[in-house]
Amino acid sequence: MLYYTILCGGIFTITLTIAAYSTYAERKVAAFLQDRIGPDRAGPFGILQPLADGLKFFMKEEIIPNVSNKFLFIAGPCIAMLTALMAGVVIPWGGTLEYDGVIYSLQIADLNIGILYVFGIVSIGVYGIMIGGWSSNNKFSLLGAIRASAQMISYEIAMGFSIIAMIMMTGTLSLGEISAQQAGGMGGDWNFWNVLYQPVGFIIFLICAFAECNRTPFDLPECETELVGGYHTEYSSMKLGFYLFAEYINMFISSAVIATLYFGGYNFPFMNNLGLDHNTITIIGSLILFGKIFFFIFFFMWIRWTVPRFRYDQLMNLGWKILIPLSVANIFATGLVMILTK
Amino acid sequence: MTFMERMYLPAILGGVVITIKHLFRKSATIRYPEKEREISDIWRGQHVLKRDEKGAERCTACGLCAVACPAEAITMVAAERNKGEENLYREEKYASTYEINMLRCIFCGLCEEACPKEAIFLTDRIIPTDYGRESFVFGKDKLVEPVNARIDVTKRQTPAVLEFKTHKKLSHNK
Repeated sequence: MLYYTILCGGIFTITLTIAAYSTYAERKVAAFLQDRIGPDRAGPFGILQPLADGLKFFMKEEIIPNVSNKFLFIAGPCIAMLTALMAGVVIPWGGTLEYDGVIYSLQIADLNIGILYVFGIVSIGVYGIMIGGWSSNNKFSLLGAIRASAQMISYEIAMGFSIIAMIMMTGTLSLGEISAQQAGGMGGDWNFWNVLYQPVGFIIFLICAFAECNRTPFDLPECETELVGGYHTEYSSMKLGFYLFAEYINMFISSAVIATLYFGGYNFPFMNNLGLDHNTITIIGSLILFGKIFFFIFFFMWIRWTVPRFRYDQLMNLGWKILIPLSVANIFATGLVMILTK
Repeated sequence: MTFMERMYLPAILGGVVITIKHLFRKSATIRYPEKEREISDIWRGQHVLKRDEKGAERCTACGLCAVACPAEAITMVAAERNKGEENLYREEKYASTYEINMLRCIFCGLCEEACPKEAIFLTDRIIPTDYGRESFVFGKDKLVEPVNARIDVTKRQTPAVLEFKTHKKLSHNK
């Protein structure tokens, strides 16, 4: 019990720290991709920038519009933040640690419906945006929120379908088990990561993850040119900060999910052939998982500064007319291959 | 569009390759307060009203600079030199007020070309920023060079100007 409290606290801290430093990394990556330097004033190389940003958010004036529904107005960012943080519970952050004969798992809750839990939590995240946009009592915010929720719901379908093909293959919904099944890949027992078996599913999942996180090229909820600021137009100070922060937490969580589902989670090639003891392997595995996660966070940013924003009809076309049929086809193809190879 | 073009993904991959190349490029940023950007010798910055060797103001308020100014940024009021002010003003007439509106000025340098007295020059100084519009009207307090802190404009003196200065028979070159 005590162990799980510590683990929860640890993952909570790590998530928040990584999300905070993602904002810094985002600015740095953007700068480097555009031949600039980026923030470098706060501390050496600007590493205190997230603290400065946070302080600035807290010091700013807090404005709640008179005509808004105050309770919902405050609830919006809370829901966004809460749901973003909740999904980290089912992700296996590493294998197992053995101490004094007791085995400790680095996964807080190995639910046997792990993926469904993630999907459920992510879809509640839509409420944060929708409530925020609606309670602002501002037409632009409402339009932004509607666009955001329409986008997220559309892409969730394709995302779910792309996962089904993978679940058919792995035969489990538990993230811990999916991770464990990819153990040791490329070495000894030649067990490959899921991305090799499900390349199409992976691409669909990746695109949908971008859309779910409201990241460019799918960041239509905050289309400055047409919608002032999108669903968070009326938000100021830390409530706006929560929305933006939730986006970065979502990015971290979805990177973790992508790494777990398709890139072997905490497993790395030849892990069983190194002859190291169990705990060392677990720790190296966790570090490697974080390496994978950081790569995907970088990838999110990389794409953001490469691909321009979609138009809304293009976005809907891509979601409904391309990704959903493609993911259904992927399910059939996977089923066919499974029957033929059995 | 061909099928490959409609796939989007090859194009996106191409774009991604381009941006990752930029990750390893040298950044073009100049860290301003620590390092200033080099400017050309003939950079046209804030104006200066020169004094002569004895410290008297060269400007005689002839108004040619104001006439030459395409942005109509220069205004001046002429006044007559009194007895005892010979060390202040070079000739009998001088500018009692001389103002340049830096928001109008386009830094074309025509004023310095028009000036027959070599009184106005553009320098390498940058106009400081400000929040209000009023402070951008520069009067003589900001334009006339201090006697003990002369502003070097030799780089602005074009061959034509230098050639002109050799004609010692012209009164103002004496």
